[in-house]
Amino acid sequence: MRVAFTLNGREVEAEVEPNTLLVALLREGFGLTGTHVGCDTGQCGACTVHLDGRAVKSCLILAAQADGRSVLTIEGVAEGGTLHPLQAAFRDRHALQCGFCTPGMVMSGLDLVAHLDSPDEAAIRHGLDGNLCRCTGYRPIVEAIAQTIGEKG
Amino acid sequence: MFPFDYLRPQSVAEAVCAHDGEERRYLAGGQSLLAALKLRLAQPSALIDIARLPELAGIHAEAGRLVVGAAVPHAQLAARSTIPALAQLAGSIGDLQVRNMGTLGGALANADPASDHAAGVLGLGAEIRTDRRVIAAADFFLGMFETALEPGELIVSVSYPLPRRASYAKVRNPASGYPVVGVLVAETDDGIRVAVTGAASCPFRLTEFEMALAGDFSPAALEGLTVPVDDLSRDLHASAEYRAALIPVLARRALAQGGGE
Repeated sequence: MRVAFTLNGREVEAEVEPNTLLVALLREGFGLTGTHVGCDTGQCGACTVHLDGRAVKSCLILAAQADGRSVLTIEGVAEGGTLHPLQAAFRDRHALQCGFCTPGMVMSGLDLVAHLDSPDEAAIRHGLDGNLCRCTGYRPIVEAIAQTIGEKG
Repeated sequence: MFPFDYLRPQSVAEAVCAHDGEERRYLAGGQSLLAALKLRLAQPSALIDIARLPELAGIHAEAGRLVVGAAVPHAQLAARSTIPALAQLAGSIGDLQVRNMGTLGGALANADPASDHAAGVLGLGAEIRTDRRVIAAADFFLGMFETALEPGELIVSVSYPLPRRASYAKVRNPASGYPVVGVLVAETDDGIRVAVTGAASCPFRLTEFEMALAGDFSPAALEGLTVPVDDLSRDLHASAEYRAALIPVLARRALAQGGGE
């Protein structure tokens, strides 16, 4: 079947099987390997992307479900060579170690930056429940998100 | 996943027409269904994507009621429900990504024994409106992953009567976010309701607790009340005895946090 959607601001089309997962299309179809597959069972959040502006797990979504909608991956977050303020905050606060979970953390973090009114630590931690980091890096990640929420106008 | 066809009808009538038997499944958010398909726990010949049907969208008020479209994601309900207990319940489901994708109707149709929404519909005395009839929450859940829905019957919306006050408390499984036990307490126009989820194959009401709260809607009214262990679930997450101990604790916690709501 044919799917057409907006990917990082660009109109794209692809031929997929009905049971093709969105993450498989992104990685194998479009070469966007920044979206990681950690567990493939919906637990770890490494595959988090945005669907119509909200963080979702691309290993628990069919490519067909994205048809006609808008998808944002980690590759589409920076504008040109300029990091998004949240990415800059991750770098400044050393909010990553091995980096495997980082794209998913940034994509969930962007959802929280967009939807939380204040940098409340409990709310940020609740919002990161679906993203696992195995380098025990949660604290600087929470701080980077809190900083970015605090800085938004 | 086994191969399947994917259909996206444009209306409820088309969706129900496309569902020609048990071999086909409706797909809403897919947060439980796709995980089940990966594990090959189900082998539908086709998925019928109903997530974008206009009839299943939106939250609106009716006289004394809140009507929530079946395809409303948990996150939207958490942000927009005018019943604070329902917003709180929806905001506690799973994790951020699941709440953004998973839907009210999908959760009810799946009838996981640890569904938060099961406590919501039973505790608030909601009606489940389908393409063909209205089902009272009390008649909806028949067993573990088993509901009163007929093959092909599609949930369109859920109608909640506005409670005078209500609150939900749960002990989250730290890995999944599912309630090990969840308790919703509500004072409604029809009386007190106490509904429990996660503790047995189906959600259930605690009439003894409800009677105790009729005169005094406070944690103290539940002093000394216990729950029989016999019918409660035991699994790797909790023993039946632990669940029995949690129920009164969570009922009191819900009363303490929502008593003045």
